Amino acid sequence: MEVVRSQKKPSSAAASADVVSNIPLYRSPPTLEVRLEDFERFAVDRLLVLRGISDGLARGKKPDEMEKLVNDLWKANMRHPQASEVINKDIISHFVLRLVYCRTEELRKWFLSIETTLFRYRFRLESSDVHRALMTELGIPYKVVTNAEFEGLKDKLTQVARSVSQPLPTSDGTYYKVPFEEVPELVASRRVFIQKGYAYVALNQVVSFIIPHFRSHLSKALVLTNRKWTSMIREQEKDRLTPIVEALSTSYLGPDYSQAKELGEMSLKDIDQVARTAFPLCMRHLFDTLREDHHLKHGGRMQLGLFLKGVGLKLDDALAFWKAEFSQKVGAERFDKEYAYGIRHNYGKEGKRTDYTPYSCQKIILSTPGVGDHHGCPYRHFSEENLRAALGKMGVSSRALDDVIEKAKTKHYQLACTLTYEAVHGSSCDAGINHPNQYFSDSQKILEAKKLSTA
Amino acid sequence: MTKEEAQNGGDGMLIDDPEPQNAQVDAFPDGFNSNYLKVYYGRLFPHADMFKWMSYGNDGKHPACDQSYFGRREFSFTLDNDIYLRFQSFKSASELENGIKDKCPFKIDIGPVYSVDPSKRLAYAQSGDNIFTPVERELVFDIDISDYDDARYCCSGADVCLDCWPLMTIAVKVIDTALRDDFGFNHILWVYSGRRGVHCWVCDGKARRLNNEQRAAIADYFRLYKGNSNSKSKVSLLGPALHPFLVRSYVDVLRDFFEEKLLCSQQLLSDERYEKILDMIPDESITSELRGKWQDSRRPASGKDVNVVRWEQLKHLLQSGKQKAPGIRRCVEEIVFSFTYPRLDMEVSKHMNHLLKAPFCVHPKTGRVCVPINPAICDEFDPTNVPTLSKLMGEINTAGLQAESHTVWDRTSMGKSIRFFRESFLQPLLKSCKEEIEGSHSVKVQQSKNSLNW
Repeated sequence: MEVVRSQKKPSSAAASADVVSNIPLYRSPPTLEVRLEDFERFAVDRLLVLRGISDGLARGKKPDEMEKLVNDLWKANMRHPQASEVINKDIISHFVLRLVYCRTEELRKWFLSIETTLFRYRFRLESSDVHRALMTELGIPYKVVTNAEFEGLKDKLTQVARSVSQPLPTSDGTYYKVPFEEVPELVASRRVFIQKGYAYVALNQVVSFIIPHFRSHLSKALVLTNRKWTSMIREQEKDRLTPIVEALSTSYLGPDYSQAKELGEMSLKDIDQVARTAFPLCMRHLFDTLREDHHLKHGGRMQLGLFLKGVGLKLDDALAFWKAEFSQKVGAERFDKEYAYGIRHNYGKEGKRTDYTPYSCQKIILSTPGVGDHHGCPYRHFSEENLRAALGKMGVSSRALDDVIEKAKTKHYQLACTLTYEAVHGSSCDAGINHPNQYFSDSQKILEAKKLSTA
Repeated sequence: MTKEEAQNGGDGMLIDDPEPQNAQVDAFPDGFNSNYLKVYYGRLFPHADMFKWMSYGNDGKHPACDQSYFGRREFSFTLDNDIYLRFQSFKSASELENGIKDKCPFKIDIGPVYSVDPSKRLAYAQSGDNIFTPVERELVFDIDISDYDDARYCCSGADVCLDCWPLMTIAVKVIDTALRDDFGFNHILWVYSGRRGVHCWVCDGKARRLNNEQRAAIADYFRLYKGNSNSKSKVSLLGPALHPFLVRSYVDVLRDFFEEKLLCSQQLLSDERYEKILDMIPDESITSELRGKWQDSRRPASGKDVNVVRWEQLKHLLQSGKQKAPGIRRCVEEIVFSFTYPRLDMEVSKHMNHLLKAPFCVHPKTGRVCVPINPAICDEFDPTNVPTLSKLMGEINTAGLQAESHTVWDRTSMGKSIRFFRESFLQPLLKSCKEEIEGSHSVKVQQSKNSLNW
């Protein structure tokens, strides 16, 4: 992306010159000027769409629901004040995220899968003119079946349509003739009539062969991008784009809970009760361990400590809280000497004076607790046995428990936590849990509401 | 070769031969051994033809020929004592011939053409730009009659007889027709596998360049059985209509074969066997009605075969206007398909790097040569009459005395097969390859000319 006035995206080669697809194929990086803020902002907006899709898929939404979800997410996040810039935002954000998500096999897999899904649902909403424009752009050698040809093949095409419960072919409908190698999916499931090496594809089947093209192209592109990134870009851009790129893939995009204004204060006398009713499992575990062992290692202190800050625990109360526990193990003097500093540091009163923000789920999930550690995400880091026991202690019913375990096993840790939340509070959490403090504040809201309704 | 040498297997080793010199061909005891093989590779195996085939026209003098092409093809040899040599490659016809004569392999497999000479593969990294990967490979199929054990009662496992072999014949017909009419392929070689099945080699350029996904798609197009080991022949023909490919297969080949041949040759509706077919009908009232008719087993007055009569009754009941559920009417087709429809080994077809036995090998267990089958007259193919190694030894013995060594094959039972291979398969294939090579060359030349002309 270079420094020039922004131009319209390179439009499709246009078999139909008037029709330009709204869905770019992202074949080549645009030659546009991008402001640094836009670089990050566009990517973040697109990432919200992709994460939303990922979430929807993990929740097992049906195709109709997904179509609506994609539409809503796109409208909500990918707008731009200038209508002409909408497509540029689309393209730029895609290419920025390529840089972010090309860097490991796992990231590439995720990005490929979600971008393909996004493409599929956007494609569904488009007209057949757009479909044809896309086929041309992809270089798929298709021919439109002439009326004469159609009449000759009508019986066979009807047979095929009936065999797969598809709408019957009509002479004003469109059929495409493509080499059978272009549509392996359709051939494999015998959903097309083939003759002398050509497959006769109905209009509504076009999506199933465009998608694999999109996917395989993006897959190759990601590998190439990774090579360029590691060999050249990362170093070249180390003061400008690289820090942005590296932060984006693990970025938490919600509120950061560094200012616990909304909730007011948390006082120490309430803390045990609140831990039992409103803490997510990860913090509950750390809290209980602290109460039991009167000690936590560094990882645990950071994770719980920052969480408590986000919950509204003031510095003085925090010091008192930790001291009360630790002095039972190491003595008050050692606490003051060795541990108080760290707590003050968390609150931005020491050293760089950075006011550290409580950890998001993503960060916690990615942490690596070792022997003797109790931090991390229990849905990921606990054995099934321990997880069951811990959930039982939280009061999760055995039926819900199996669902939670299932989600944890399939690596949907945040969903598992969401289900726990829903089971414990008996109410649904549509947005899903992304941050322990979100779990806490949502729980508090429900508990407040319950208190008021029974008052 | 002198008479003595021929009798001795050509290498001076004595073979037990108590008969006098002008013995009949059965002087050579049946069997498979390296002596016979040595003679076979020396006098009969069509080395030059195999080389021409595998070169696909790249052995010519045309400037567009790829001289490295043949050398990038993988062969593998199975030697005596099960020693297995993979990634063998040869740079020329004579290297191939000498390699085979030298090692005298019990089995020769053909693999894909790789991006580089397979014998040098270790010099190339597995990732990055220099990789060792298949670039071309024929589309192949493997059909084995032992996969039909629940459709035949005459034999099982590796055995084959003239009652069940026709199952292979119709598989050839169904697949061959589809490969030509549906997929548009032209250069197709069917080969007897030497014991209990057939192989198919599709050699069009388009076929050789298919990737694994496309091969899997073609294999799935042919797949019908959704069963598991408990119900291998589970066929489920859902939907209000069948795909035209299945309709054509049924109407042109399978139905008549079932009704006119298989029913009777396998006695499928005999008293001991009809339960299996009744099991495929999901309607109790129909099956008990049929059972009732058949348990009352008076022989039909007309003298017709009881299987035929019972089949008529079954069809009549299932297809009568009274039957409302479409699944019931479809049972008739399902039964026919489940007994007769081709059963392919999917794995063989799906991967470019799958090795397959070369035509004209000799099967170690039967001594039979893997000869080509002409799909146009595949009904006439008789697996029990395929030349064996020992028979050929005798024929060589008789013929080899006068003729030059390079026409010995013509005086043996191999003659027909080699001639068929050359005339019906190899020559048309090579002609088409030559056209392809010259064609793409002139396109390139034209393009470079165009780029110079402003």
